[in-house]
Amino acid sequence: MKRFVIRRVGYALLSLVVLSATFFVFVRLTGDPSVLLVEPGASKADIDAIRADLGLDKPLLVQYAVFVKGLLRADFGRSFYYRTPVLELYLERLPNSLLLAVVAMAFSLAIGIPSGILAAVRVNGWWDRAGKIFALLGLSMPSFWVGLLLILFFSVYLGWLPSSGSGTPWHVLMPAFALGWYFAAAHMRLTRSSMLEVLGSEYIKLARLKGLPEALVIGKHAFKNALIPVLTLAGINLVLMINVAVVVETVFAWPGVGRLLFEGIAFRDFPVVQTTVILGGVMIIVVNLAVDLMYAVIDPRIRYER
Amino acid sequence: MNASRAAVLAFPGRLASFRREGWPMVPITILAVLALLAIFADVIAPHDPQVGLLGERFRPPAWQQGGSTAHLLGTDHVGRDVLSRLIFGARVSMVVGFTAVIFAGVVGTVLGILAGYLGGWVDQVIMRVTDAWLALPALTFAIFLAAIVGPSEMNIVIILGLVYWTRYARVVRGEVLSLKERDYVRLAIVAGCSKRTIMRRHILPNVVNSAIVLATLMLGVVIVTEAALSFLGVGVPPPKPAWGLMLADGKKGLMAGYWWLTVLPGVCIMLMVLSANLIGDWLRVKLDPQLRQL
Repeated sequence: MKRFVIRRVGYALLSLVVLSATFFVFVRLTGDPSVLLVEPGASKADIDAIRADLGLDKPLLVQYAVFVKGLLRADFGRSFYYRTPVLELYLERLPNSLLLAVVAMAFSLAIGIPSGILAAVRVNGWWDRAGKIFALLGLSMPSFWVGLLLILFFSVYLGWLPSSGSGTPWHVLMPAFALGWYFAAAHMRLTRSSMLEVLGSEYIKLARLKGLPEALVIGKHAFKNALIPVLTLAGINLVLMINVAVVVETVFAWPGVGRLLFEGIAFRDFPVVQTTVILGGVMIIVVNLAVDLMYAVIDPRIRYER
Repeated sequence: MNASRAAVLAFPGRLASFRREGWPMVPITILAVLALLAIFADVIAPHDPQVGLLGERFRPPAWQQGGSTAHLLGTDHVGRDVLSRLIFGARVSMVVGFTAVIFAGVVGTVLGILAGYLGGWVDQVIMRVTDAWLALPALTFAIFLAAIVGPSEMNIVIILGLVYWTRYARVVRGEVLSLKERDYVRLAIVAGCSKRTIMRRHILPNVVNSAIVLATLMLGVVIVTEAALSFLGVGVPPPKPAWGLMLADGKKGLMAGYWWLTVLPGVCIMLMVLSANLIGDWLRVKLDPQLRQL
């Protein structure tokens, strides 16, 4: 177990190094990074000050060390636009993103799990086919377009829901559905395949043999075990949702992390863009690590693999 | 199991397996029509897609009250003809989509073969980079790169290629690992072929099928990503007629109920992505003998 943990944490750290190196290299590839890091309309003296700060005259490895040191001290710089530390801005927006992601997750599970079970119980039946078409649509309709259609229908035509902003519980419904839509298809497919696997196992046969009603076999015995992989994926997807919500948050003017990223692009506020993306990557790497370690605790076979 | 693999598992490929035999005529027709529109856009489009008449702003489609046959699908917020923009938009999506998929495919396949066949530290380096890049959400990564280099079609292709080559690398490497244990590869080694020759003549032809299937499936992903980037203003620069840009412009007329500006470009994106996915699934079943037997 100890060796597994060490190796897995080592991989995660390595991923972080590759990630930070990628950012470092790309920012410098485009030429002079001081152009990105300096406020639009800054004076020559300001640009020179930034250059000296970054140490652009020093070797690349030294520059990288300075960059990493800044990250490790959680020093992400100041936003050009808001004039406050970027980290503060980020943490301010994070609860909104979390709220959106949780409601979106609720939508996607509420749609995905029941339809997945129905598809598994009636393989190749009407429900299964409908599910396949639904999954295809989920992949093919961009979430932001779904969002725009929702606004058109529920805000413009029916006038039931507010088209943008936040504040009341009504505001979260449409962005959450648009975001959850894509993931609903994923959760449906996984529920279906995991349910099919469980339904083929011995203990389900036994449950049927002892004369349990089919509803109980599926609802009580199969359902619980089939849910484990789905909930694991849901956990990973929740973090993913926070980080892919950029477009949906932009459509609905939802004040989350994604909207912050969009504002960063619109105002040419590079420290904001860089920080949002880096923190998103870190979040995902950490969650992957956590899930892997959790698996290893639950399932000893994984620990001794390889 | 990491997130990306879990995500792949969650999207089992044979979504369209209810159509195993014969050619998938509907998606092929849709893609062919879109391709023809893209190629002959100059001839087909009734108006200049980038120039509008301010007097003709927000005209509804011809069949609605206030519409005219001069603008069959209406006009946008600066009076540009929506039909012409959709037709030229097909060209943008096709060019960006195909070149990005091919670029990513070539880079990913080459690196995948190198990693899988050479093994050792080459494999370690390539796969660690692949893992770290796969950990980033593709859209956010693409936005970050686009924010650095600025919007242009060329940049979009490069960015999409850089973001998506990792998928190919992982799949191709897996294939190569099993291919290199085959007898014919061992015979080639005994016969004295150089590593280069083996990779090029014996390994590459056998992974091309998987790369093509993956490319078809990636086409949809790439087109959606391009649309999202354009929608956010870091993709194809205005006033070029890209579908994602049209959706962004359409937002200006959304609250007034100008539905055609929001619905039509989205339908185009959906049709194209749906077709690519259906063809990809069909190809996968067709080209992969193992799957065919299932």
